[in-house]
Amino acid sequence: MSAAGLDVPTALACARAAAGRVTDPELPMLTLADLGVLREVRIGEYGVEVAITPTYTGCPALAMMRADLVHELRAAGFAQVTVRIDLSVPWTTDHISERGKAALRDHGISAPGPVGSPSASSGSVSGSGTVTLSGATCLTLGPVRRVVTCPRCGSERTEVVSEFGATACKALYRCQDCLEPFEHVKEI
Amino acid sequence: MAQIHTHEAGANDSAYDGLVVDDARWAFGAGEEFEQGGEPLAGVDTAVPDGADPADLAAYCLMLGDDALVMSHRLSEWCSRAPDLEEDIALANIALDLLGQARLLLARAAAADPRIVPDGPLPGCSTSAEDALAFFRKEQQLRNVRLVELPRGDFGETMARLLVFSAYRLALFERLAASRDRVLAAIAAKGVKELTYHRDFAARWFVTLAQGTAESRHRLLDGLQGLLPFLPELFATHEVEAAVTAADVGVDPSTLAPAVEAVLREACSAADVPAPTITPESTGPRAAGRAGRHTDALGPMLAEMQVVARAHPRGKW
Repeated sequence: MSAAGLDVPTALACARAAAGRVTDPELPMLTLADLGVLREVRIGEYGVEVAITPTYTGCPALAMMRADLVHELRAAGFAQVTVRIDLSVPWTTDHISERGKAALRDHGISAPGPVGSPSASSGSVSGSGTVTLSGATCLTLGPVRRVVTCPRCGSERTEVVSEFGATACKALYRCQDCLEPFEHVKEI
Repeated sequence: MAQIHTHEAGANDSAYDGLVVDDARWAFGAGEEFEQGGEPLAGVDTAVPDGADPADLAAYCLMLGDDALVMSHRLSEWCSRAPDLEEDIALANIALDLLGQARLLLARAAAADPRIVPDGPLPGCSTSAEDALAFFRKEQQLRNVRLVELPRGDFGETMARLLVFSAYRLALFERLAASRDRVLAAIAAKGVKELTYHRDFAARWFVTLAQGTAESRHRLLDGLQGLLPFLPELFATHEVEAAVTAADVGVDPSTLAPAVEAVLREACSAADVPAPTITPESTGPRAAGRAGRHTDALGPMLAEMQVVARAHPRGKW
């Protein structure tokens, strides 16, 4: 079923545009598409079907994302909207688009680096206490060493205050030059 | 559909005025958009793999889900009580990750075998399966290991427990990611990344407290000492765990001891404290919590966790 009697390709383009406008409730400078959680938009037998994936398993924003998608697509004329959860490939910060990373930086949030360089699971961490156990995720006893640039003054002299921040996806940092605190979307 | 009001700027605005402009967002859960939105496995293929028994798979998902649910509740008890704001937020974040894992696992359990879902308190109440499992089971019906239900100790005890628990769960999930059950495999693959952060957080505090003051060191070690009787249970194989392992959908916990011991050895070495050894045949009944035999601490914890749902059985959130 298409919106207002549109043919399927037009309806699909319309649905993709509507879904593409929906932003993350906690990072409103990012669309769900740029965040990499919008996996699929299609026109099915029973209206629009959208697939999204959670960033973190417990992220409470997921319910809001679903409601916002339904709301936006209904406003675009689609009466039947189904949002399904796609768990097949776990989300990683590598799925954030370059445009999304730029939007984060423009809004004073440090964007994540590539997964595998700084974060835990690859073994290439340069934290002082890194230990690699055969076949297992290494334990990182030292602070995670990331090259994090202060989004306000550009200094690379930054220190992690906490690996956990105001939302599940962010770590808290402080710039040692301008002394401002800022958030870093941590690699996962 | 919830109404959207547009805020008009005025001279008497306070900083909070902007918060109430969007009823759809703030009347959370009230709109019809949320009716389909609550299910954590909406649209996921939950068919049970060939050769796996649905009842065993459901019971196994309850075990892993209850570990996360109960640990999450104990950690959330720290909210507003941690030594500083950063640690308060970190513990709440970790509790939230575990609650998310619990939701998926309880939902997966219910999808594998709907018979495990208890009746709600009132006929005709539309309680979701995950809520019914979390809020309307009695303590004997929970399948968590007893380690997670022990009363919250001080910060040292909590860091010792979080280190042991996250080392155990990470080792388990690393193997579970290869499960033939694609839902369990996906939950585990995602959980590995979250648990890595939890384990690193606990291990760093473990070292910091051990090498801090005499007071912080003895509190940490006292906390660890109190947990030791509950470690063998983590590696005791319940018959359900044996069955799902044989069907290649679950993990035999007895195989996890070397990996967990290696992590504890590493942390203890950096902390300069003696590493605990895990001997499965030592104290404690085997598979106690997995069989529904719990300590006295679980009942009062559930009473607090479940009181709102039981008092407002028609409530929605």
